[in-house]
Amino acid sequence: MSFFLETLIGGLMSGMLYSLVALGFVLIYKASGVFNFAQGAMVLFAALSMARFSEWIPQWLGMDNLFMANVLAFAVSVAVMFIVAWLIERLVLRHLVNQEGATLLMATLGIAYFLDGVGQTIFGSDIYKIDVGMPKEPVMMLENVFEGGILINKEDFVAAFISAMLVLALTIFFQKTATGRALRAVADDHQAAQSIGIPLNRIWVIVWCVAGITALVAGVIWGSKLGAQFSLSTVALRALPVVILGGLTSVPGAIIGGLIIGVGEKLSEVYLGPYVGGGIEIWFAYMLALMFLLFRPQGLFGEKIIDRV
Amino acid sequence: MTGRKIGEVILDLKNISLSFGGVKALQDISFNVLEHEIRAIIGPNGAGKSSMLNVINGVYRPQEGEIILRGEHFANMNSYRAAKAGLARTFQNIALFKGMSVLDNIMTGRNLKMKANMLLQALWVGPAQREELEHRLKVEEIIDFLEIQHIRKTPVGRLPYGLQKRVDLARALAMEPQILLLDEPMAGMNVEEKQDMCRFILDVNDQFGTTVVLIEHDMGVVMDISDRVVVLDYGKKIGDGTPDEVRANPDVISAYLGASH
Repeated sequence: MSFFLETLIGGLMSGMLYSLVALGFVLIYKASGVFNFAQGAMVLFAALSMARFSEWIPQWLGMDNLFMANVLAFAVSVAVMFIVAWLIERLVLRHLVNQEGATLLMATLGIAYFLDGVGQTIFGSDIYKIDVGMPKEPVMMLENVFEGGILINKEDFVAAFISAMLVLALTIFFQKTATGRALRAVADDHQAAQSIGIPLNRIWVIVWCVAGITALVAGVIWGSKLGAQFSLSTVALRALPVVILGGLTSVPGAIIGGLIIGVGEKLSEVYLGPYVGGGIEIWFAYMLALMFLLFRPQGLFGEKIIDRV
Repeated sequence: MTGRKIGEVILDLKNISLSFGGVKALQDISFNVLEHEIRAIIGPNGAGKSSMLNVINGVYRPQEGEIILRGEHFANMNSYRAAKAGLARTFQNIALFKGMSVLDNIMTGRNLKMKANMLLQALWVGPAQREELEHRLKVEEIIDFLEIQHIRKTPVGRLPYGLQKRVDLARALAMEPQILLLDEPMAGMNVEEKQDMCRFILDVNDQFGTTVVLIEHDMGVVMDISDRVVVLDYGKKIGDGTPDEVRANPDVISAYLGASH
């Protein structure tokens, strides 16, 4: 029993991280109707920026306070992501208003390659350490309930908490503020939004800034687990099934989808793995996504598309 | 119609020509709109009515001609500038934000009037909160005015067509426009809904003094509520004047009335 719980919790924690990346996809899709293929590249870019600036800033300023260095590096990275967002709008999206979804998708594919390359040119292509002081040691819990208790990774716990807070903040921003309302309006209908005086260009910059911040948070958390390295950009591929599962248009869907996939991966690996020779974790999520595409293409929480004929 | 007084020229269109490739949608069209009046643009299908409205609103940019709004020349009008200049519009194929509630849809109409800093909005404090409440008050007035209190919280996508049209009008009114452009406000409505819509248009014009430019198919309605009418046919202007003058114009009779009677 305690082993099952351990696996379950481990799954939930890694699921939370998938959710965080998936959230980036959902935000941009909801707000601009663009499926942003560059989300993974943005995660990598943000993680590299965070890793390198937290290394460079103490050197430049000659200080050795880890906490201050991290805070400054985070602030600089936020600024960097804002600049990236602004440039993307200015150089790419502005010229593609009212174009087909496929055109925009291809554009983000281009942005992804560009960010991958530029990121590694500026920041280097080694594996860099992000040390934001996440607790590494595992803790034992519920020792008096189960024999031997269950082992939980503190780092995962903190990461899950941060993700949850971010999701909460974003939900409030989207549902309760005037800017959030304008974002949803643009997502629904470009033409109508413009005709009531919502500035499309500014809205897009805001959306990409928000996605940039999400990418930064995901990058920092993943980076402190795995190191800031190229493979981070493939994390986005792991988040694709999450988006399909949860529905492209649903924030809660991204979260619950992430949790289901995280848990499913771990449990199937442990309990089904021995029968099929292991390695289920690698393809489980994609299999699940495929099933969903067959039977429920809009995902668990996505809007069902009904056209008036 | 009492309480309102037709004023000076507020919108002046001079020699507008618009073509899409070889198709001449509008040819050398000039007319003006006076402040506080209800001005209709009519014509058979494909006459260029919607193109005309889209030119005024900045969706299309005419190859030739000038748009003069309150004495100011607009060389390259676009939707956003039009909105800032006090033009609001509704759409023939309703373009509401379907996933959002009626209230949220109408609130988006207040967007240009919101001044508060984004960060304050996000934190929901101070001026941002006060501002949101003020705008909400104004929006509630419009909701009362258009008698849609009961559907305030309903997602727009679920409403019947006639009500969606009304929400579309409400969103435009929330902008407190000087000029309201209505693209076939009564298309696809039943008699009762049409009567309601007519009443709302007349009330808006009368109570708020809003200038109304409308496109309409339903001849009866147009002749009843408008002060002056422009008639287009195949992208050309064939008539302009009061409803009675237009009705008596032989060109109009052969092009439009003649065809349908």
